[in-house]
Amino acid sequence: MRNVSRIFLMLLIAVVVGSAAFAQSAPPAAGSNLTIGLVMVGPYNDHGWSQANYDGIQYVLAKVPGTKLVYIDKANSADRPGTTVSQLGESLVAQGAKLVVFSSDDMTDEAIKFAQDHKDIFVVLTSGSQQWKDGKDYKPLPNMINVMGRMEYMKMVAGVAAAMTTKTGKIGFLGPLINDETRRLAASAYLGAKYAWVNYLKKDAKDLQFKVTWIGFWFNIPGVTSDPTQVADDFFNTGFDVVISGIDTTEAVAEAAKYQAQGKTVWAVPYDYAKAIDEGKGVSLGVPYFNWGPAYSAVVTSAMKGTWKSHWEWNAPDWKNINNPDTSAVGFKKGTLSKAASDGVDTFVGELGKGLNLWKGPLNTQDGKPYLKAGTVATDQQVWYLPQLLEGMQGQSVSK
Amino acid sequence: MRDNRSTRFAFQLGAVVLALGIATLALLAAGAQPIQAYRNIILGAVGSWDVAANVLVSWVPLLLATSGLLVTFTVGLWNIGIEGQITLGAIFTTWALRSLQSSAMDPALVIILAVLAGMAGGALWAMFAGALKTFGGVNEIFGGLGLNFVATALNLWLIFGPWKRPGVASMSGTLPFERALWMPIAAGSSRLTPMTLIIAVIAILAVYAMIEGTYFGLRLKAVGKNQKSAYILGIPTWQHMMSSFAICGVFAGLAGAVQVTSVYHRLIPSISSGYGYMGLMVAMLVGYKASIAAPVALFFAALNVGSIQLPIVMKLDSSLAGVLQGTLVLFVILGQGARGRLLKKAKVRT
Repeated sequence: MRNVSRIFLMLLIAVVVGSAAFAQSAPPAAGSNLTIGLVMVGPYNDHGWSQANYDGIQYVLAKVPGTKLVYIDKANSADRPGTTVSQLGESLVAQGAKLVVFSSDDMTDEAIKFAQDHKDIFVVLTSGSQQWKDGKDYKPLPNMINVMGRMEYMKMVAGVAAAMTTKTGKIGFLGPLINDETRRLAASAYLGAKYAWVNYLKKDAKDLQFKVTWIGFWFNIPGVTSDPTQVADDFFNTGFDVVISGIDTTEAVAEAAKYQAQGKTVWAVPYDYAKAIDEGKGVSLGVPYFNWGPAYSAVVTSAMKGTWKSHWEWNAPDWKNINNPDTSAVGFKKGTLSKAASDGVDTFVGELGKGLNLWKGPLNTQDGKPYLKAGTVATDQQVWYLPQLLEGMQGQSVSK
Repeated sequence: MRDNRSTRFAFQLGAVVLALGIATLALLAAGAQPIQAYRNIILGAVGSWDVAANVLVSWVPLLLATSGLLVTFTVGLWNIGIEGQITLGAIFTTWALRSLQSSAMDPALVIILAVLAGMAGGALWAMFAGALKTFGGVNEIFGGLGLNFVATALNLWLIFGPWKRPGVASMSGTLPFERALWMPIAAGSSRLTPMTLIIAVIAILAVYAMIEGTYFGLRLKAVGKNQKSAYILGIPTWQHMMSSFAICGVFAGLAGAVQVTSVYHRLIPSISSGYGYMGLMVAMLVGYKASIAAPVALFFAALNVGSIQLPIVMKLDSSLAGVLQGTLVLFVILGQGARGRLLKKAKVRT
């Protein structure tokens, strides 16, 4: 009788421990075939963020044998009323997806719900930080990985291109919504612009005007966001001759082309997608872009081979060649730049590769309070969670 | 031609065939296989328990909105402002949840109070439209449209302003509520909440019983048929119109409360999801009869959910569902008009 009790007790312990282990572990290896589900916030062919993600998965399909893709785009409540993002993710699972990429920070709540409800599915939440153990939003989910590229560097390069080009000394930044990510990207563009203005052009920083106007979302939603076309027009009509776009679509370039056709000398810098440079030949100074292929290939491969481990990654450019499609997470494609501006960009990229860090004190936040003391280099946390725009920038720091 | 059940059925069948014909032409123009598209929509709506559950999730707010609209249609009012009433219901629900989420109150009680607040919010907004109509002489269509815009603006202001996430104004809405404040989800489902299904069924039964089986319903009908005659017969017309607005608002507010407590678990910019406008289509399609509203609303919900398969499987735009719904309503109304004319001609001949 005692033996029976002991066996029962051991079985009970095994079940409890086994269940706990299962609850804490990643899904089992997917094996040699894997269907990837991709949920995109905008149209798959938006020439911006969504298309960069779509192309990233296309890279995976080409490089990782045995992979297939099912996708849904325009996954936002305005375009697909009555649906939720997790529901759309489930629609992809119904089509065979074992790994689902939620490719927008705006999908965070739904991606977490999905990951919690579907522990057997691998989940990639692009641009989030929930799997960053040292981050503020850490939420352990064994089946989730966060992927992001260090776009801050390329925004700095964009800032350099803008500063080297502007004739009026007035640079506009067409911002999306206000959050940690968008603040640090706008601030990075400003840091690059100021660096070039002061160090390459030998001008006074006070003579550089850098203004941020937020539209309210990553792309135009009529009646809900400000119209990015209108915002770009406002910039060009008030003496800002370069507009750096921080949104996912190409209104800044389109408006710059329109104004240039009317005889105005203006330029724009698109964002997100390498081929966005083709949109505004003659007005695009260059494009800072994401190259998601290598990072997505790595996480897909780990899901197939059983080496998946929940983590957060913030991938740097390959300084040997920032436009290497196989190694660089972010890049900058040069567009219509003067010789001096082009040289300035090259010099700056070279300096960054050698260790130049513009996130170094003394730096104040917009309210004039110290953000980094002299000589202090910002930690990843300080950059990721930038609380305000920086001193010297115009525009709203926090949503009111 | 005689006005009997078979001719009515023939006209309705004709409307369905014509609507399908238009949708098929749209599919062919897009270079798609119509049969495959319809098959995907059906599979996307009933192909598995999960998708069928999604249809039911969509059905609940649509049926609630339709239930409310049947009341206002009975008195001959076009309550276009229902979208705003759903939104206000969601706002009031969110307000109640935010106010009570940190209290020691039982979460179930908090949810109940929040839903009641949502119903009150919807009713209040509907009463505005009613007051504009009754006391200001503003047509309910224009008043309702205006109030819809105000409701949307108020919603956006709250999401991007006072109720924004810490430091972030996000289109994905306010911070989600804790799971304890979600309507209980059915076992084995990600989002189906049995309680809301019960609420929706009770709502449509209550509306049916009220319109068809009560003295109040009869008086509503009298006002709807002929306001002047009803007044002369001693029915207080404006009071009945205001009552119908308030009742519709309660159902619309309930739909908004359901959206917050069981679908999105937060307030989002397009919280009404267009269920108000879709409810108008359902109400028109069923000829303002509560008895067949539930299955038709279910069909519309199935079309909406099933059509998500079109972009996933066939790379087609899912707006086909909207084309089908819109043309269906259009042809049914056209059919009713044509039948009426033919009947008139037949009467004149005899």
